[in-house]
Amino acid sequence: MNALVIGCGRVGSSIALQLQREGWDVTVVDENEDALSRLGDHWPGSFLVGHGMDVDLLREAGIEEADAVVVATDGDNTNIVIGQVAQKRFDIRCVIVRVLDPARADFYTARGLRTVCPTKTAIDTLMDEVRSCAISPRVEAAR
Amino acid sequence: MYVIVAGGGKVGANVARSLLRLGHEVTLIEQDRERFDRLEEEFEHQVQRGDGTELHVLERAGVARPPDLVLALTGDDEDNLVISQIAKEKYGVEKVISRVNDPRNQAHFDLLGIAPTVCATSSIMALVEHEVPEHELIHLLELRQENLEIVEVQIDRDSPSAGKHIEALDLPDGARLISVMRGGRAEIAVGATQLLAGDQVLAILEPGKEDELRRVLLRR
Repeated sequence: MNALVIGCGRVGSSIALQLQREGWDVTVVDENEDALSRLGDHWPGSFLVGHGMDVDLLREAGIEEADAVVVATDGDNTNIVIGQVAQKRFDIRCVIVRVLDPARADFYTARGLRTVCPTKTAIDTLMDEVRSCAISPRVEAAR
Repeated sequence: MYVIVAGGGKVGANVARSLLRLGHEVTLIEQDRERFDRLEEEFEHQVQRGDGTELHVLERAGVARPPDLVLALTGDDEDNLVISQIAKEKYGVEKVISRVNDPRNQAHFDLLGIAPTVCATSSIMALVEHEVPEHELIHLLELRQENLEIVEVQIDRDSPSAGKHIEALDLPDGARLISVMRGGRAEIAVGATQLLAGDQVLAILEPGKEDELRRVLLRR
């Protein structure tokens, strides 16, 4: 199985390494050459330097043969555009896009883009933690 | 009319100023603090600070009214694309015009149905084509939604089509001649029209048929 990971920051590089360990053939794209160091000293997959909005680069990175595309650059709008290009132009069924802004994530999820919103996840987790402290505001107020 | 202009750089600020002079109601959105401060001196309450791709910023600017027109004029193509999609598809804004900074991104705007777009580089290149005679097929107009384009061709003495009637030309499917300009006068092209050296011919065709058309008219 071929995976294409666009954006090799903390998130993208970890996903690339994990997929590779799980047996995927992984290609990573990042604008910055130095990002390769995040993949360790012996990265066995491909690494291409360039912008994910560049269709020629996406082709070179093998998007046409990709089974999964993960878009995780540091720009929400960049991710949203690349994700839609992967989905609509290259017909990739498994496209996952990181979007930090919950409002934009909701809008594009409703339009059929598979988005992951770490901000929302953080809010939910934090709320669960607060609730798990088992202090009910109503009980407190009644005292 | 009411217009939201996203992006207060040279393009956005000048467009906003022009629209205000024409008597329109305008809200300009600019993200950068320094640039916003400068704009505020001129535009006062008509400029708002924020990221125009954030829904709450657009809503504060009145995108839910909705405005008659949204102009996505930032220096970032991905931002312009997202602003256009949100304005059109979430808020039902009927008219959205978007700026394309890098002509290589034009395909993304087309793919996602964002039209019309304006790209300074492409406009300048179209003028270059028009001004530089060695470009034998001059692109005059692209009708994106119709998937057609209008080009101008200059017939010269060596052209295989010179002296022929249009009905005798083996024009490719998806290409038609529109008019023939000769001696400063244009005539609608019909089957019986004879092409002569020096004619300027307008043709309408599907993109991709340029080479076939060039071969029939000019054989190059």
